[in-house]
Amino acid sequence: MLQDYGYIALFVVAAVLFSLVAITIPVILRFIKVIPSKPDPVKLSTYECGMETIGKAWVQFNPRYYFYALVFLALDVLVVFLYPWAVGIRELGMAGFGLALLMVAIILVGYIYAWKKKVLEWK
Amino acid sequence: MNIVYHGIAVPDMKQLPPDWPGGFFWHWLVFTVIIFTFVFTLVMAFTWVERRGLGRMQSRLGPNRAGPFGILQPVADAIKVLLKEDIVPSRSDRIVHWLAPVVAFFPALLIFAVVPFQNGALLADLDIGILYVVAISSVSTVGIFMAGWGSSNKFSLLGAMRNVAAVVSYEMPLVLAVIGVVLIAGSLSMNQIVLAQDIPLILLQPLGFLIVFIAGCAEINRSPFDLMEADSEIVAGFHTEYSGMKFAMFYLVEYAEALALSAIIATLFLGGWRGPVLPPWLWLVIKVFAVFFLMVWTRTTLPRIRIDQLMALAWKFLFPLALINLAITGLQVVAWPDALPWTMIIVNFAIAAVLIVLWSRLFKVGWGRVEV
Repeated sequence: MLQDYGYIALFVVAAVLFSLVAITIPVILRFIKVIPSKPDPVKLSTYECGMETIGKAWVQFNPRYYFYALVFLALDVLVVFLYPWAVGIRELGMAGFGLALLMVAIILVGYIYAWKKKVLEWK
Repeated sequence: MNIVYHGIAVPDMKQLPPDWPGGFFWHWLVFTVIIFTFVFTLVMAFTWVERRGLGRMQSRLGPNRAGPFGILQPVADAIKVLLKEDIVPSRSDRIVHWLAPVVAFFPALLIFAVVPFQNGALLADLDIGILYVVAISSVSTVGIFMAGWGSSNKFSLLGAMRNVAAVVSYEMPLVLAVIGVVLIAGSLSMNQIVLAQDIPLILLQPLGFLIVFIAGCAEINRSPFDLMEADSEIVAGFHTEYSGMKFAMFYLVEYAEALALSAIIATLFLGGWRGPVLPPWLWLVIKVFAVFFLMVWTRTTLPRIRIDQLMALAWKFLFPLALINLAITGLQVVAWPDALPWTMIIVNFAIAAVLIVLWSRLFKVGWGRVEV
């Protein structure tokens, strides 16, 4: 089994190396003057459909995104517990099924609360 | 040591001990080459199929100049994009901007490590295969957010934020619907899931298939959920400021993810490599193309939805349905483990139809004009 994770680790190395090489090829090509490189201030400015950029792009963002992330976090923890349950459900039988439903119900209270509080609305 | 399957001798690499050069590295090398070839060939085929298919569905020709039927168009595009000037905006965060394509690209490749091409023929037969897919597939989002943040462009940041919000929202129904498959197959290993499918699971899990398809399309920014790169409002979203090879990488990520989703759906719901007469790998490719054709079809058919509709669809429509689907599937597996498959198929299709109709009566995804 550990062997399989070895394959994955080596494959990660291969995939990352491949992407790095793919990104580096244009740098080399620019060095040997196959790819043009003629920077000028207008070309390097931020693209906003021809408008001049006002201020920075790194601004404070809408907190709405944060609520979704919180709800997601709570529910994702639930799902991680559901995976091993799903594999073993034939041995666990009806009792295991009932307990999983109970756990889902507990988490669902939070979900319904979030719905009632209009956290899930995009307003 | 060979296993004979469908008349083809398959070297049984897993039986060999992990020592160089006999088993371990040989197996790794063979499958790494296979995966890279598989991904790049099919991504090129996908771009061609998508552009020709879109052209056909929109009563125009599509690319038809490079080679017969324009079949060399992807090659021409690749060469063109490789020779473009690499423009990095002066205000950008250079390191983040440069690394973003790498971080976005390699997870898309990693998914294929657990996709079986035939019985036992996969890079790593992890016993947590599908959980691995679920975990790895979200890593690309980090790269996409890096791209949006590093570009120092408002459009890019907005696109990246929308992408993160969409991935976070659609992850829930996707993951819950996949549990339905795990319940029936009784294993997380992709190979075991395929072996457990004497009938394709799409028949036993019609609702699960729909949810996975819709949520998957939303996660990889396919139309009609492509408002994180909506050209008409935020130019191209997170890759507005990318050009040349780095832009090509993001293009590649998009299609590699579409390929990954097609391969996962084909494996989980359509029986993977299983099929009569033809060799197993060809069956997998056929099923992958079938799923991808469905994606192209939805893309031409449906208009782009709004951000509030996107969120409402995930949280109020797909998520409850996925939970109900999970409960029903669990009950069926526990209470009637030996029920005839045909009864189950009819019952499940009926349940899916009733649930979808009921839920769309109960709740409407934002009508009319909304200020967002």
